[in-house]
Amino acid sequence: MLKYTDEHEWLRLDGEVATVGITDHAAEQLGDLVFVELPKVGARLTRGAAAAVVESVKAASDVYAPLDGEVTEVNEAAVQDPATIGTDPQGAGWLYRMRVADAGQLDGLMDEAAYRAFVA
Amino acid sequence: MSVDTAAVPSLRETPLHGLHRDAGARMVPFAGYAMPLQYPLGLLKEHLHTRQAAGLFDVSHMGQIAVRPRSGAMADAARALETVLPVDVLGLAPGRQRYGLLTSQAGGILDDLMLAHLGDHYLLVVNAANKASDLAHLLDAVGQDCEVEALDRALIALQGPGAEAALARLVPEAGAMRFMDARRVTVGDGEAAREAVVVRSGYTGEDGFEIALPADAAVAFTRALLADAGVRPAGLGARDSLRLEAGLCLHGSDIDPGTTPAEAGLAWAIPKVRRRGGAREGGFPGAARILQEIAEGPARLRVGLRPEGRTPVRAGAALFPDEAAAEPVGAVTSGGFGPSLEAPVAMGYLPAALAVPGTRLFAEVRGQRLPVAVAGLPFRPAGFKRT
Repeated sequence: MLKYTDEHEWLRLDGEVATVGITDHAAEQLGDLVFVELPKVGARLTRGAAAAVVESVKAASDVYAPLDGEVTEVNEAAVQDPATIGTDPQGAGWLYRMRVADAGQLDGLMDEAAYRAFVA
Repeated sequence: MSVDTAAVPSLRETPLHGLHRDAGARMVPFAGYAMPLQYPLGLLKEHLHTRQAAGLFDVSHMGQIAVRPRSGAMADAARALETVLPVDVLGLAPGRQRYGLLTSQAGGILDDLMLAHLGDHYLLVVNAANKASDLAHLLDAVGQDCEVEALDRALIALQGPGAEAALARLVPEAGAMRFMDARRVTVGDGEAAREAVVVRSGYTGEDGFEIALPADAAVAFTRALLADAGVRPAGLGARDSLRLEAGLCLHGSDIDPGTTPAEAGLAWAIPKVRRRGGAREGGFPGAARILQEIAEGPARLRVGLRPEGRTPVRAGAALFPDEAAAEPVGAVTSGGFGPSLEAPVAMGYLPAALAVPGTRLFAEVRGQRLPVAVAGLPFRPAGFKRT
């Protein structure tokens, strides 16, 4: 199941673990990324609070947690080469995985069609 | 994350606006103008292309002010300008340009600018955000002796090691110019011929030129420059990262009315003739404080900063002497990622005792203290054509 937030994060749910990243639309707006700061494994995230930071040459942007949950894995390859996030934001450029605390929160997110309409 | 895509109405457009749109630029509001932040090539590649070949920047938002002596004698205009600029205006030869500062009574920096002697008038190029206040200041200070006119012209910067060859195809005399030369030239042919001003300088740390020309000639001239395979358009984003690597100040960030020339490391712009013991000592706003500071040394200084890690340290970050100190000793005024250095770079102010290359400090970023080292400026040597 693929879901989107109105803050331009995506998440793909596999069982109770969600993979999270920034959308292709966000990546295009940000331009070349040169640095990413990811949460620590085990960190407890709160929906809507800053969970990661992506930085272009000119600015730093917060990436917010789409749901409550606990970080289970981070994408070390993206830390080593932040450009990956820009070139493949919804694939190899994923940011972190989290165990979702409350699946009911998924109802508040957009599906693919709704997100495409939102950024159109 | 937050993505701002809202169009901002009521912004002024430069004569090259249509060209930016056609090139697919992302436009942003800057000093009341819609300006290109970057083109589809992207900030990083625009920056690197400028260092390797040539980048073309629209800087038409900057203020161009002509100062003409009412008497017809340039020395009269020079003497008038020396009452607001701590510069050797009288000693500036025709066809030459100098960097200068407009100072306040308190000794602060109202603006920084370029001043060119163009034979029968001086041309001042000032920061976009300050052009209205600079014009008012100049009218007040030199308006009795000089006509002061804001020129509504385009301004194009062509920067990089390929700039000379690209410009010389259109303006042959450009090749013979040295760093800080200023020439009046003709661009275009026949009925489209217009007078333009070319100066060999810029804001990137590279060799390059700035070309001031009438709005109705700007599009054709810019298209002709872009027809050179080595020339790519570059936006304000690359302009900022290029000037940061070159250690150049941005007024409003690194210098402002609260900083003085000595603090900013810009005392070199004030020549001996205007300093203590000079033939035309003082006589400009804030002279007492400014000249005392130059003679005795300021309490704080602008420095370069190299973060040890990969995290960019940006404007506003507080600087601490160690990881535990409660009180900051300074702050970052410009910072980001240097594409040519492939590392974060920053500038800021520190007490003079700490403003020594190699001094290790800590910058606070998102609650963490990250180690940074004081570094000499510029971060990379400039490519100016001095001879």
